[in-house]
Amino acid sequence: MYRYDEFDRSFVNARVAQFSDQVERRLAGEITEDQFKPLRLMNGVYLQLHAYMLRIAVPYGTLNGRQMRKLAHVARTYDKGYGHFTTRQNIQFNWPALSDIPAILEELASVEMHAIQTSGNCIRNVTADHFAGAAADEVADPRPYAEILRQWSSVHPEFSYLPRKFKIAVTGAGRDRAAIQVHDIGLHLKKDADGRLGFAVYVGGGQGRTPMIAKKIRDFLPEEDLLSYTTAIVRVYNLHGRRDNKFKARIKILVHETGTEELTKQIEAEFAALRDGELKLPDKDIRAIETYFAPPPLTPRPEGDDAVRLARLASKDFADWLGQNVTTHKHADYAAVTISLKAIGEAPGDATDQQMEAVAALAEQYGFDEIRVSHEQNLVLPHVARADLKAVYDRLVETGLATANSNLISDIIACPGLDYCALANARSIPVAQEISRRFASLERQREIGELKLKISGCINACGHHHVGHIGILGVEKKGSELYQITLGGSGDETSSIGEIVGRGFAPDAITDAVETVVETYLGLRSDPSERFIDAYRRVGPAPFKEALYGREARAA
Amino acid sequence: MKILTANRLHDGEAVWFGTNGHWNEALAGAAIAVDDEAVTALERIGVEAYENNQVVDVELIDVALADGEILPKRLRERIRAAGPTNRSDLGKQARPMISRAA
Repeated sequence: MYRYDEFDRSFVNARVAQFSDQVERRLAGEITEDQFKPLRLMNGVYLQLHAYMLRIAVPYGTLNGRQMRKLAHVARTYDKGYGHFTTRQNIQFNWPALSDIPAILEELASVEMHAIQTSGNCIRNVTADHFAGAAADEVADPRPYAEILRQWSSVHPEFSYLPRKFKIAVTGAGRDRAAIQVHDIGLHLKKDADGRLGFAVYVGGGQGRTPMIAKKIRDFLPEEDLLSYTTAIVRVYNLHGRRDNKFKARIKILVHETGTEELTKQIEAEFAALRDGELKLPDKDIRAIETYFAPPPLTPRPEGDDAVRLARLASKDFADWLGQNVTTHKHADYAAVTISLKAIGEAPGDATDQQMEAVAALAEQYGFDEIRVSHEQNLVLPHVARADLKAVYDRLVETGLATANSNLISDIIACPGLDYCALANARSIPVAQEISRRFASLERQREIGELKLKISGCINACGHHHVGHIGILGVEKKGSELYQITLGGSGDETSSIGEIVGRGFAPDAITDAVETVVETYLGLRSDPSERFIDAYRRVGPAPFKEALYGREARAA
Repeated sequence: MKILTANRLHDGEAVWFGTNGHWNEALAGAAIAVDDEAVTALERIGVEAYENNQVVDVELIDVALADGEILPKRLRERIRAAGPTNRSDLGKQARPMISRAA
């Protein structure tokens, strides 16, 4: 994985020193809150309902054991013994004192981590496929490009005060696990007919109050033009994006209001002026960054086939986990392991300090010291020998991390919601917990099959409800929580925005409503291999509306 | 009926301005303003405390009295006064004498 050079190290240390001084002056009353707030936000410090919150960047979701141990240490020493992994592959701590944040940032810097650009109207943490470098269906590892974008965008002087925040996601596989079509820029790394690497470029996707699927504006951008083209896009956005209305300030609105064709013309004109300049990436620079992401020494471990076969026969629980949480690796003797942070009845994405330590130890012993955070709020060990899967599984069982529910209905994305967040209108976590308990039976979940359920506690959509097969949006109506259901959303290569199915449900009725939707699907699917999303696309909303509201509609 | 709430500057702790003239970590004992004059007085206290860098995010919130206890009208404020509803071991509710939000 990427290692800091002298420049990175001194840059992060200088930033820690600068922000520590700003915190000190704020606490001494030498600067006002109005002056301080933008500074703290540039360093990932929010104020939530109960306390400050610190959001720490995990660039493209990649961590090593030492970094994970440091996060465990921060959780234990400065927070309340846990952290919350987010849909942007970052981690948040919910209880730090402002006065402790300089010390936390210093600790993080010692393991090459920071909280820079995890907030504010700048280019945020670049996200990537959580199976990058491991996935069997990958053309090339997208992370070198994510790292190039990270270096380019860090305190970029032209792009530090954009109209609004800006999110870039990269995938290197045809199967999109990074939800690139709902990002400001989505990059799909691929090869052209001559075998050259480049990107399909998508612009103007996003969720929030105006969800939009990104428009593809380039089918193939050669890799050397990555920064020129990205600069052209962000420059056009910076110039023309709306600053008069926060809710209309994202690039998706600019794309929508300007029109894809016209905006593409403007971007291409800017690109034409930039493409042969200093932003052109020399091949040797790309290859140099690539070496940081070289695959680990995956020595042949052919004994894995027999080991897995025998272990599967001996333990049904292991067999279930293997079937659900283990993904095919590009090396036949290895696998990528999804560590579910969605134990039945727990808060999605939360991990205790002990669990973080356990994952770090597993990565170090069995996983070439690599860990990923997925945007679905799980952790991943991307390179585990199949021969070691049973040992890894047994250790995960010991720490409550072996729930075999990856991609099933209890693998829920949920934002922190009104239990923590100052922006939320309704709670998300308790809704997720109740649904998870209702569908606790793994047998039932497997019968239902792949089902992406996503919950947001407000229209900002941090819980990605717009792209949930079943989405739940919490709103406040007459002082009470109310939950709207959307159906048919998807965040993969066939992205779609879910449609609101009808009036909302009270907190004590939302789980029943979800169950009604699921039972309706089970009753109408053509066969068990037809996933919820495919069935919904085939039949549309009518049967679900009828099941949820039919009786009252007929009575009315 | 309103009370004055904020978060303490140095640690972000949710606090309420009390009848004892201090910013307290518990909602019980908050000074209640029942008329415009009292609301204005609380408002002034909030502005001063903000300007003195004691607290941030100062807000006057609507409350009712239920069995002699102050009950914020919005769930958001009840959760602030207690802690996350999914973790009774966290926040103020985990401390003695402070009740749960929902």
